[in-house]
Order: sequence, then C-alpha cells, then structure tokens
Amino acid sequence: MGKKSTLLSRVIGAPYILWAVLFIIVPIGMVAYYAFTDATGAFTFDNMLEIGKYTDTFLLSIWLGLLATVISLVIAYPLAYIIANSGENRQKIMMMLIMLPMWMNFLLRTYSWMTILEDNGFLTTTLNSVLEGAYVILDEAVKILGGGLKKPFEPIHLINTRGAVVLGMVYNFLPYMILPIYTVILKMDRSLIEAAQDLGCNKVQVFKNITIPLSLPGVVSGFTMVFVPSVSTFYISQKLGGTGTTLIGDIIETQFQTANNFHLGASLSFVLMILIFICLAVMNKFSDDDGEVII
Amino acid sequence: MKKKSLFSKIYPVLVFGFLYAPIAVLILFSFNSGKSTAVFEGFSLRWYEEIFRDTATLEAFKNTVIVAVVSAVVSTVMGTAAAIAINNYKLKWFKQATLTTTNIPMMNPDIVTGISMMLLFVFIGALFGKTGTLGFTTLTIAHVTFQLPYVILNVLPKLRQTDIHLSEAAQDLGCTPIQSFFKVVLPQIMPGIISGLMMAFTLSVDDFIISYFVSGTTSQTLPIRIFSMTKKRVTPDMYALSTLIFLAILVLLVVSNIITARSEGKKKSKKGGA
Repeated sequence: MGKKSTLLSRVIGAPYILWAVLFIIVPIGMVAYYAFTDATGAFTFDNMLEIGKYTDTFLLSIWLGLLATVISLVIAYPLAYIIANSGENRQKIMMMLIMLPMWMNFLLRTYSWMTILEDNGFLTTTLNSVLEGAYVILDEAVKILGGGLKKPFEPIHLINTRGAVVLGMVYNFLPYMILPIYTVILKMDRSLIEAAQDLGCNKVQVFKNITIPLSLPGVVSGFTMVFVPSVSTFYISQKLGGTGTTLIGDIIETQFQTANNFHLGASLSFVLMILIFICLAVMNKFSDDDGEVII
Repeated sequence: MKKKSLFSKIYPVLVFGFLYAPIAVLILFSFNSGKSTAVFEGFSLRWYEEIFRDTATLEAFKNTVIVAVVSAVVSTVMGTAAAIAINNYKLKWFKQATLTTTNIPMMNPDIVTGISMMLLFVFIGALFGKTGTLGFTTLTIAHVTFQLPYVILNVLPKLRQTDIHLSEAAQDLGCTPIQSFFKVVLPQIMPGIISGLMMAFTLSVDDFIISYFVSGTTSQTLPIRIFSMTKKRVTPDMYALSTLIFLAILVLLVVSNIITARSEGKKKSKKGGA
C-alpha cells in the first residue's frame, strides 16, 4: 500500500479514539473524582471510609457470584463438550436454542422465576408434598424403632432465599459460560487427541491431559463473563432474594436512583471496579492466551 | 460407550428444560384470562389486544427500536473504521493502549459503566447549569459506547485474515487505494461487520442496566418500562409483548437458517458432492 493510504487508514481511527477518551476514560475519571470528593467538591476520604460498613455486602456478593459461576461451569462444560462433538446440524440447532432465550427480556425471564418459585406455586407445593410424604414415612419408621422425630414438618421456601438468587444468576448467565467453552473445544486440534490415543492414552487420560488444558482459555473467558455480571447484579437479588439478600449492586443502585448520594455510590463502584480488575488479572494468569477475548 | 451416548442425549434435554422453563411459563401466562401471572384462570387473547392500546409501552417500544438502529449504525461505522486503523497502527504501545481501552466497557460491570457515564453527563450538565441532561442523546451515546468493543472485536480478526497482496494487486491494476478498499478489503471483512452490527443491535435492544442510569425520565426504552412495571405487580400484557418479540425472533432465525442451509446445499451440489 502507498504511504498516503496507510496514513488515511490510520486517521479514520481518530473519531473512535476521541470517543473512547471522552466516553470510556473520562467517565472512569469521574467515578474516581466523585469517590474522593464531597458535595462541595472538596477532597475527602469519608466516602471510602464509609465503605467499611458494606464489607459484609461485598463478601456476600463475591460469595454468591462465585457460587453461581462454579455451578454454571459444572453445568456448561459437559453441555459445551457434547454440542461440540455432535453432528453439524445438531450443533447449529443446539447453539440456536442456547442463544434464543437471550432474546427474551432478561427482566421478564427473572420475573418469570418468581412465578415458578412462589410459595403457592406449582414447584414449591409439589416439592413440599413430596418432602412431607417422605417425612411422614420417616417418622413412622422411627416410631417403629421406638422413637419419634422431634420437630414437626416445616415446608421449605424457594423464593426470597439466597439459593433463588444463585439460581437466577446461573439461569441468566449460563449461555455466557457455554459459548466460549464450546468455541474453544470446537477449534481444538483434533489431531492432538488422535496422537494421544495412538500413544496409548485412554479416554479419561485424553480428556484430562488434552481436552481440559486446551479448553482452559474458554473456561477463563466464561468464568469472567458469568462472574462479573453476577457480582454486580441488582435486579436478580431484588426479585428473587427478597429483603434478606442485599448485594453490592443493590446498594449502588439505591445511591444513584433513590438516595441520591452519588459520592458514596461512586466510591462503592470504584472499589467494585478495582476488585473486578484484580479478579480478571488473576484469572488471566491462569490462561496463557494472548489477551484476545473469545466471544 | 453406549452409556456415554445416552448421557449425551439426556443431558442437553435437561439443560434446555432449565433454560426454557421460565419462558414456557411466561408464554403460558400471556394467554391468561385473569390478571395474575401466577394463577392460570383460562385461555384468552385479551392481553394481546391490551398491548396495542397501551400507549406508554408502544412509545417505549418505538424508542427502543430508534435507539437500537441509530446506535448500531453509528457504532458499526465508527467501529469498523477504528478496527482498520488499529490494524494499521505501527506504534506498538499505542495499539496496545487502544485495545486495552476498547476492552474496558466489556470487562467493567454494566452498573459501573452506567453510573460512570451518568456521572459524566450530570457533571457536564451541572457545568452549564442545567438539570435533566439525561435523555435520548445520552442514551444513544451510552449505547454506542458499549457496542463499539463488540464491533471492533468482530471486525479485527477478519482484517487480520485478509490477504494484503490482494489489495496491492488491485492497486497495481489501476485502482486507487480507496477503490481497492471498497472493492477488495470491504467484501472480505463484510461477515465481521455484519455480525458486529447484529450484535450491536441485539445488545442495544436487550440492555437494561446501562440504559437505566443514563436515560432519565423522558426517554424510556422497553426494558426500562418493564422494570418500572415489575416494581408493582406485572400484568400479563408484558408477557404478551415479549412472547410476540420472541416469536418474531424465532421465525427470523429459522428462516435465515433454512436459507443458509439451502444455499450451502446448492454449493455442495454444484461441486458435485453429496
């Protein structure tokens, strides 16, 4: 290419560079600015010190987010593996079926779980009658042995529990775990597997020594794609967690939408952002991909 | 061996059951004759009639489509240009810095992206002594911003795959650099641009969290409207609306799959293969 055209091809990036500075870098600077100032604009550490009150909320968010991510991984890996090893048509259909739910509004899908998990809903009542039946049988059995269960049967609740929040996270973000793992397994060099088999590896050994290490970048990518939205969610915890499960996203949302304390909200967001970048950096250490994101 | 194939048949069914259970519930209750989203009273189409009378929802739907179209087009054009430029940057640190910045909106939690832009808009508004800066413009700016990385990351790999000799050959044969770009490079990266555009559009239609912080009260999109409705008790009209959207997408996907399958079939039969 001529010198002129390469110059031109670099200059057309200028609008984007300007845009990225204005709307990516400057806003992050704004978060930092609000985090370290008070209402008058004076520098202060007060907001940061106030965050100490929310340590438990941070820990709970990270714990539930991690739990949801690990469960997603356990569910997604076998599925991604099965899909990647199916025939071409089956692959296409199954991938479409995985993408399709994402087109239904995320709020309504979550709201729909409220219907399913409700105390007088179908699932809870069935589960409770099965459990009660089992309990009565157990009670009779203990009586025959000359005892008796101490506590009467207590029906379980599904909605407004932490379990429901984790379920909501897994449900909403599972496709983000399946997609990258499927992509890496599909792109994997099949001749490596054949070579390992030729060299005497059995199926388990091939899976352990070839498939898992080679699919690690997909796992790392999926891990972050599920963990980040799970940790920072506020809608799922509001709808499925009731009043008992307040996550860090809920508190940030409150500061901006109802409490109007932008400075505290900004400092919480600032800490959340730093925490997530640390997590991402640690995760990237585990995979030796060249920093390219797998979508 | 047989046991394994049984597992690989049953397991996807279980996962898909999990993925589709709430959607099935949602579609079922969109036909409820009663007002509840929990107790099914009987079959009716009343909620489907209702949504076409609900002006606020229709307005929100219109806003959603406008913002999605405008932002997807802007981000695709700007993102494609950016990808070409990034691909040509010679300064290594500059290239890396640009790519890292591009990754930020994808790695940052949506809530942080949302509030960071909200703070910027509010701050600028305050500088000019105005309140209520949040609206259609800020919403569109935010959507363009979170779509850009996806466009760039869809186009960049295609650019790396293009054969540089082809555009050189075109120029040797008398094309100007701009002609050779439109005739040689652009067709090659088109699949990446299209998938970037589709992704940008989808993300825009689906986005709630970022929009929620930057849209203000005047320009509601559909997800924001749904959010404000789910604060109270939801009536099945929302379910009816999303069922319609869901069916439209389903039809679109099935048709496009059939078309690609047919054209692939033709290619194969032309080649003389099975």
